[in-house]
Amino acid sequence: MSTAKPRWTKNTPLYLDYQATTPTDPRVVEKMLPYFTEKFGNPHSRTHHYGWEAEDAVEAARAQIASLIGATPKEIIFTSGATESNNLALKGVGRFYKDKKNHIITCVTEHKCVLDSCRHLEMEGFDITYLPVQQNGLIDLAALEAAMTDKTVMVSIMAVNNEIGVIQPIGEIGKLCRERKIFFHTDAAQAVGKIPINVDEMNIDLMSISGHKLYAPMGIGVLYVRRRPRVRLVAMINGGGQERGMRSGTLPTPLCVGMGEACAIAEKEMAAEAERLKMLRDRFQDGINARLSEVYLNGDQEHRVPGNLNLSFAYVEGEGLMMGVNELAVSSGSACTSASLEPSYVLRALGVEEELAHTSLRIGLGRFTTAEEVDYAVEKIAFEVERLRQMSPLWEMAQDGIDIKSIEWADH
Amino acid sequence: MAYSDKLLDHYENPRNVGAFDKDDAGVGTGLVGAPACGDVMKLQIKVSEDGIIEDAKFKTFGCGSAIASSSLVTEWVKGKSVDEAAEIKNTDIATELALPPVKIHCSVLAEDAIKAAVSDYKSKKETISDAAE
Repeated sequence: MSTAKPRWTKNTPLYLDYQATTPTDPRVVEKMLPYFTEKFGNPHSRTHHYGWEAEDAVEAARAQIASLIGATPKEIIFTSGATESNNLALKGVGRFYKDKKNHIITCVTEHKCVLDSCRHLEMEGFDITYLPVQQNGLIDLAALEAAMTDKTVMVSIMAVNNEIGVIQPIGEIGKLCRERKIFFHTDAAQAVGKIPINVDEMNIDLMSISGHKLYAPMGIGVLYVRRRPRVRLVAMINGGGQERGMRSGTLPTPLCVGMGEACAIAEKEMAAEAERLKMLRDRFQDGINARLSEVYLNGDQEHRVPGNLNLSFAYVEGEGLMMGVNELAVSSGSACTSASLEPSYVLRALGVEEELAHTSLRIGLGRFTTAEEVDYAVEKIAFEVERLRQMSPLWEMAQDGIDIKSIEWADH
Repeated sequence: MAYSDKLLDHYENPRNVGAFDKDDAGVGTGLVGAPACGDVMKLQIKVSEDGIIEDAKFKTFGCGSAIASSSLVTEWVKGKSVDEAAEIKNTDIATELALPPVKIHCSVLAEDAIKAAVSDYKSKKETISDAAE
């Protein structure tokens, strides 16, 4: 056993939670720095060089973001993040068209900010349909079509799910919506920079982007708002009328610059990065399956972003497992890890049985993950799962051939 | 979750993991909880002729607090009579491990587990003495 200091410890764990957030790429940080102390002007100051220079930087960033998604710069609205973008898309568009159309279709596996915004709109008199998903996590297109009425103003379906990484059929959804003149909004926080997105090819009318999911800083996001055909919305934040009147407030120049640069890097590196991440993910899955039995993947294997794994380790509870692998920074869908003691609603929507939901681990690989890290993580997880299975009465019963489902458990 | 050192110790070095033969006359088995809730504890006691718990073993499917609570209980019951063991209160477990409020239910489950084990031992004893008569 080496006496050298271990590389990863509880206080400096190996980061495998890239869906939760990403470190800002050092190249992005470098691009941002001058705008804090040297080129610090307000980009809306029209009367001097400080303002013009900041404005130029913001506009350049806008163009970089537009380029990544196939939009024009005028369609890029800066916000504080995807939560704000989602709120603005749903409430802004909903309230604008409310008198003529007040039905919105969304999906049960959306992020809380979408679901909560929809609940809020219900209180304002909107009619919301929450579509279920299939066992693989994907929307049933026929069910979506059946839900559409002549009162439907928009459909909001996330491009990639944050927990299980599955990719929805965005192009097909967009086509369905365009045919019926229904606006299509997609929360693409986990998609942009990871999979190719083109707003024209996919018939997307509104799209939310999150900076800190693609190696840009926290505190910045984008709402893409289509100009042809025009999408209109009621602003949530009133003030000086910045961002075409859709979102007032002084733009945070360094954050905008960071967002732009991160998108430019993603455009260049996305294809190669996706391939590398897929290879690492396969290495991870193969490694785990070679060591352990009864490990289940939650969500579709194929229609999935390369960096995401969501695995259920039967007979071992998720929080207990995470404590045992505390040299790894991962997250779980188990109830014990949520403040409400409810297991993940996304896993539940997939029809994952509750006991498997409690055994799940979400592993997120990213730009800075190495093969060495993957091997280390596989070893740690396999070791802990084996240890906890030895301690598990459910594993014991399964080994003895007892059908756990046949037992009547006393409620507690 | 910020756990106490005692809790972490029980989690990393659990005491008395294992199983007794549940058909053994001197063994009481308590199985409580439900997989759907994410908590299942199996607690077993080995009781001597004069009703003193000589040994205890546990297996738990659950979070760190659940594992620690059940491990602690197996330590506490050794040397107690079955009736004394059934008196163990979840609040004592929670205090000893400094369980955060959201984890108190784990200590409740551990209390249920030991009571169930004692109850199982007692009913087996009755059945045996009935049969003997």
